[in-house]
Amino acid sequence: MIPAIEIQRLNKSFGNLVALEDIQLSINQGEFFALLGPNGAGKTTLISIIAGLVLANNGGQVKVMGHDVVTRYSRARSLLGVVPQELVFDPFFTVHETLVFQSGYFGIRRNKAWIDEILYRLDLADKADTNMRALSGGMKRRVLVAQALVHRPPVIVLDEPTAGVDVELRQALWAFIRQLNQDGHTIVLTTHYLEEAEALCQRVAMLKKGKIIVLDSIRNLINKIRDISLQLCLACEVLPIELIKWSSIKQNDCYIFKIQDYVEISEILTILKQEKIEVLEMRLQEPDLEEVFIRIMGDKSFSAT
Amino acid sequence: MTGFFTLFHKELLRFWKVSFQTILAPIVSTLLYLFIFSHLLESRVQVYPGITYSQFLIPGLIIMAILQNAFANSSSSLIQSKISGNIIFVLLSPLSYFEFFGAYLLASVARGLLVGLGVFIVISQFYEIPTQFPFWIILFVLLGSMLLGALGIIAGICSDKFDQLAAFQNFIILPFTFLSGVFYSVFSLSPVWQKLSYINPFFYIVDGFRYGFLGISDVPPHLSLTAVIAFFLTISLLTLNMLRAGYKVRY
Repeated sequence: MIPAIEIQRLNKSFGNLVALEDIQLSINQGEFFALLGPNGAGKTTLISIIAGLVLANNGGQVKVMGHDVVTRYSRARSLLGVVPQELVFDPFFTVHETLVFQSGYFGIRRNKAWIDEILYRLDLADKADTNMRALSGGMKRRVLVAQALVHRPPVIVLDEPTAGVDVELRQALWAFIRQLNQDGHTIVLTTHYLEEAEALCQRVAMLKKGKIIVLDSIRNLINKIRDISLQLCLACEVLPIELIKWSSIKQNDCYIFKIQDYVEISEILTILKQEKIEVLEMRLQEPDLEEVFIRIMGDKSFSAT
Repeated sequence: MTGFFTLFHKELLRFWKVSFQTILAPIVSTLLYLFIFSHLLESRVQVYPGITYSQFLIPGLIIMAILQNAFANSSSSLIQSKISGNIIFVLLSPLSYFEFFGAYLLASVARGLLVGLGVFIVISQFYEIPTQFPFWIILFVLLGSMLLGALGIIAGICSDKFDQLAAFQNFIILPFTFLSGVFYSVFSLSPVWQKLSYINPFFYIVDGFRYGFLGISDVPPHLSLTAVIAFFLTISLLTLNMLRAGYKVRY
């Protein structure tokens, strides 16, 4: 199957500033993919190149559903829906007019049924005839999502779609996007909320200073960090000698044990049982994507030079 | 073609929704020019024998309004879209740069025509306006507004800020229109200024347009037509090249 997005030997510099360096990336159809990285890592530049808004240096190639974004831009763009990061809008028009125009740009003349459906699903139906200027930030964000969907693109790219959006809308937005993914759309997103990426995406690429430094499934990434923290509050003054082999930190009456594997939990509990020490409270803290992200971004060996 | 028509329609609606400012205001200011200048100069100046100064001035003022508004339309629409960022919606679409060019150009022509027609209708209530050769009138209206529409696209794309666009308007478009023979015949100028007028594209538009009304002109209308077509083709090629390369729009 043709990849939804295929990037080969992509470089981009603005004057002396290298924004992207030797990017190789293939995103499969139907995938839910996250692009992560600190501010200025090159995420938006990469998305802009895929969308044709920014032109890459010579030599590289970017394809959307098999169509080159430069030489066959018309096909490539009609298969791609992009939700830009900035809250941009045209103050002259209403929500409905905005969507009718956007459909027209993509060559679609009668799109009423689909526009009505998107408006309904994004909870914008009662704002259809409101001028864009009069909408709140969250509403404008929803219109941006709607605009990206008017032409039913198989590939949807969202650049920080939940930045500055309240919790309720964020939930609704993700439910909608997850539905789109289940309907077969390929989703690529950038976000600063790592728990979102973890909950939604199958694979991530982490960008740092214009380079992809990690490209893997979220499960694999988390499994690589096998630091699990086991917090136990115990009814005892001193720890039994058998437990000393696990490094632990004492916080009030509780101990935090660093373990590598879940088997160790039962070992610890068995020892406690033998020593007849009562467990007052137990909590398990597993590594998450945020942990992985912070480690990788902080790791000098991943630094791009 | 749907993409092109949509963008054209959007551009029409854009100025139509603020027609008070984009159509009515220029009509009013053109009428003010006419009333003041004709009041002051009617009895003192005669440019061509047998033709009153007002009759000479009216075609010039009409075409000046058309040109200025054609330029204002594409340039202000583009800079507003660039500054507010909503130009991205067009850039993300599969619209070709040809369609982009055509839509902005035709919307400029439409606004120029509306303003010109408005001025003509109002003035014809007060003055007798001869229309000797309507075909030439239409030809120069279309070509002139197309040329200025294309120049407006260039100005809108090159400018990053409103004051850069204002500079374009105040230091290039305005002097070129005022010095194009709207208010006088170039024969009344000294030889140096006369020669300079011949490299001003607006001079040919004004002169050819006026020929359509009065049947008299400073240079033969065919020469004006050739010059205007040549200027339009040159500017269009330049504009299309800029758009194709994504100059200042796609980085």
